[in-house]
Amino acid sequence: MPKTPHMSRKEFVGIVAAATGTAMGALIGIPTIGYLIAPAREGTSSDAWIPAGPVENYPVGIPILFNFNRTKVNGWEKTVNSYGVYIIQQPDGSFLALSNTCTHLSCRVNWEVAEEAYICPCHDAYFDINGQIVSGPQPRPLDPYETKVEENNLFIHFTGS
Amino acid sequence: MFEKTFNWLDERLGLKTIYSTVLDRKVPKVNWWFTLGSASLFLFLLQGFTGIMLTIYYVPSPEFAYDSIQYIMNGVTFGWLIRGIHHWGASLMVLIVFFHMLRTFFFGAYKYPREFTWITGVFLLLLTLGMGFTGYLLPWNQRAYWATTVATSIAGTVPFLGDFINKVLRGGTDLSGVTLARFFSVHIWWFPAIIAILIGVHLYMVIRLGISSVPKEED
Repeated sequence: MPKTPHMSRKEFVGIVAAATGTAMGALIGIPTIGYLIAPAREGTSSDAWIPAGPVENYPVGIPILFNFNRTKVNGWEKTVNSYGVYIIQQPDGSFLALSNTCTHLSCRVNWEVAEEAYICPCHDAYFDINGQIVSGPQPRPLDPYETKVEENNLFIHFTGS
Repeated sequence: MFEKTFNWLDERLGLKTIYSTVLDRKVPKVNWWFTLGSASLFLFLLQGFTGIMLTIYYVPSPEFAYDSIQYIMNGVTFGWLIRGIHHWGASLMVLIVFFHMLRTFFFGAYKYPREFTWITGVFLLLLTLGMGFTGYLLPWNQRAYWATTVATSIAGTVPFLGDFINKVLRGGTDLSGVTLARFFSVHIWWFPAIIAILIGVHLYMVIRLGISSVPKEED
């Protein structure tokens, strides 16, 4: 074939094939990257204010157990977890909300009126009415929840797990 | 640098020979109908790629099959695109492979010396339909469940062996998680593996024998 300033038919077809091939590859390849890393980009916030009923339900100075469930969605899995919170109205009208999960090995503590303490049935951890450590193997006081009162209803701030 | 590396590899792998044998073949003057084979191959590769991607999130169990697909469609970035391509590509592949068969038939391309290419092609068409059949159950929705119930019942009407065939297909008397698991296995392992091998044979024959020309008046 004589040399011409124009590209040959074969060269042209080659370039067009390479260009369309690259375009199609990018069209499917780039979304695939997003597809593969999608779970890593999902937010993990399960932040919520849980309504705990009217404030009259919680007499001053007496721990009342409040239970609620949260559904955790991870991909196609839905897990329902139940949580327990001891709510105590303070003499000044503010509220203290304490998780009933023992800080030692996550057993559930119970308020024992006679002992004036939350007692963990697993390893005899004792906490006082404000959740502070009295005795036992627990590393820290009971975990508190933030609370707020809106239109005479109590809410506790759930921040996950 | 690139040229040196390429030459080093070419000397050992024969890349240029592969290229000239596979792509720089002498072909007769043909028309657009002759592209259907390449289109089928492209769709097979596309289905393979998107299918592998779908197994990242899909779970072949009655509990999670439906939910995992809901997650792919609504939760995963571009999940709708990957599954959409796989879904529509499946129908398109059946169509293209079928047209490829029609072209081969009407242009008389199945004749000597290409009978064996035709025979592998027959199996490739049947396997493509088999991929459609097994893939249809995997979403595990009402339509998938009842379509497979009906189709396996039809297979069950074969004289004498029908009941046996039905039970083998379903992995039991009724459609169940066993059915889903074996359809999944066949869909992602058995059929693709056999198809890949047959495509290898099919293409080897095409390269070895060359492609037939468009029949002329005197043929």
